[in-house]
Amino acid sequence: MNFKLIADVSRSLLLARWKQTLVAAIGVTFGITMFITLLGFMSGLNDMLDGLILNRTPHILLYNEIEASEQQPIDLYPAYKNHHNFVRSIKPKDKLLQIHNSGSIIDALKKDSRVLGIAPKITAQVFYNIGSVDLTGVINGIDVEEENRLFFFSTYVTSGNYIDLKNTPNSIVLGKGAAEKMMAAIGDIIQVTTSKGERFQLKVVGYFESGISEIDKVQSYANLNTTQKLLGESTGYITDIQVKLNDILQAPNMAKEYHDKFHIEAIDIQTANSQFETGSSVRTLISYAVGVTLLIVAGFGIYNILNMMIYEKMDSIAILKATGFSGTDVNKIFISIALSIGIFGGILGLLFGFGLSALIDQIPFNTASLPTVKTYPINYNPSFYMIGGVFSLVTTYMAGYFPSRKASKIDPVVIIRGK
Amino acid sequence: MSDLILEAKKITKYFHDPLTVQVLKEISFSINQSEFVSVIGKSGCGKSTLLYILSTMDTDYEGELFIDGVAMRNRKEAELAKVRNEKIGFVFQFHYLLNEFSVLKNVMLPGLKLGKYSDKEVEHRAMEKLKILGIDNEALKNPNQLSGGQKQRVAIARALINDPLIIMGDEPTGNLDKKNSEIVFNIFQELASEFNQSLLIVTHDNEFAAKTKRIIEMEDGNIIRM
Repeated sequence: MNFKLIADVSRSLLLARWKQTLVAAIGVTFGITMFITLLGFMSGLNDMLDGLILNRTPHILLYNEIEASEQQPIDLYPAYKNHHNFVRSIKPKDKLLQIHNSGSIIDALKKDSRVLGIAPKITAQVFYNIGSVDLTGVINGIDVEEENRLFFFSTYVTSGNYIDLKNTPNSIVLGKGAAEKMMAAIGDIIQVTTSKGERFQLKVVGYFESGISEIDKVQSYANLNTTQKLLGESTGYITDIQVKLNDILQAPNMAKEYHDKFHIEAIDIQTANSQFETGSSVRTLISYAVGVTLLIVAGFGIYNILNMMIYEKMDSIAILKATGFSGTDVNKIFISIALSIGIFGGILGLLFGFGLSALIDQIPFNTASLPTVKTYPINYNPSFYMIGGVFSLVTTYMAGYFPSRKASKIDPVVIIRGK
Repeated sequence: MSDLILEAKKITKYFHDPLTVQVLKEISFSINQSEFVSVIGKSGCGKSTLLYILSTMDTDYEGELFIDGVAMRNRKEAELAKVRNEKIGFVFQFHYLLNEFSVLKNVMLPGLKLGKYSDKEVEHRAMEKLKILGIDNEALKNPNQLSGGQKQRVAIARALINDPLIIMGDEPTGNLDKKNSEIVFNIFQELASEFNQSLLIVTHDNEFAAKTKRIIEMEDGNIIRM
């Protein structure tokens, strides 16, 4: 019953000075618009940069590393068990980089419900032969379909069709930089030399552009069978198993688990790219800081306007109190004035923010290092809109709270006597 | 016989700024139902101060105040607001109408706050009060479109809306010319005689006071005649 009256009084007070109200609301709208746009834009860019690494990096990589033996013969001799031993004679075993039992490891991984998918891989060191010059290079043997499903292989194949790599025998997708040096067009045959000295001819079916030119100069892709042939190994030969998880945050724990279970090296994405994570979180922090600053500035604007309004309405407040409105009622009136400015300005701000983001999303953004990006990236994360909405209400409430508390404490006698 | 509606017992008030001055010295008096009382005295004698204490707006005093038999001391601010809303109608020297609202709405506001009647009924009652005061034609105008005398009549209508126990006036004719003063006085007179309304009017207009039933005269914080 009282609520309706208070809403009515606040509405009349708001509309009586609608220009002032509009200025206050525009302050909030501007703050929220900028918050949404800025955050959407910055985290869009952030995601894009993250994607450069994260999309192509397995969450866990299983591989073998050539290491020195952990125990030397003297360690095993009981008489010297408690001594400091420094005689080291056993060199690293001529163990292949091959993952033993790769078939059964893959089967076990496929049964793990936490795993999104697995892509086996072979890394082969080669030389690209260009006339009399040899360029060092790396050929990655991949399972084309799985690599595309998990690591978006096709988005980086800028010329040619990635699936030809699977369908054409002895084919290769060359890194753009390497292809330019070799002057190899699609359909040409190139020659490579393996680390064991064997020569091999491969047909170019596409170019690969990662956005990192150092990689493009060196790396190329072939399918698993071709690479195994290249190395003269059997069909079970695999050097890496790339695992993608449903939840990236579990990677460190699961990497440890796989290391213990399969007795091979396992590295998680967080460890492999720790510097990258730091950069990403700092960027996020900066964009939030800027956004929150905008909102607080808008909040001070509202505070000022409400404060002014209350000074102007002193007489009205006094008379409302004299005719029986209590301090709480007056407080509620000014709080609801502040909140309606907040709600109105906030909703408009969210809409304008969305509009401005959509506009930025249309601006062309072409850069050589990012072949897949055509316009500026925007992140339309609903949580930004939630934060923006809630923050607009909280700031306007706070901005309204102090002036309205003052209004509720005004003594009508002081004002009436002052006339 | 007539009932006691307002009773003041030994009300004492000090002003502390800039010096401590005693403005009211143990004022005691009472007002009965349907009495038309005026308070006169030279300016600075404390008559307005007394009125603000009696109206519950000023709570910084010593002594006891009873309105409708209920003690007003040490009540919470919200309770006092309720008392003002329900039992006291106030008319000031300056009209204090809210320009954001129409005349009708101004009259309705205290009634809506009381919440005793539905919005429709409050509106109907407000129109009736305006009719009594002869300004029902101005109901939908804005207060700043009215003349001074009309505004004061709207203020009286607003004071009447909740059928208060007593109407208090702080120099209600102070800002008006002779003709309008007379109109306002006649309205008060009519309210007292026809509607048995109790009135307590502070004034320095001795002519005005002379026409009321009972005069309380004050000097230096004391009542010298009542």
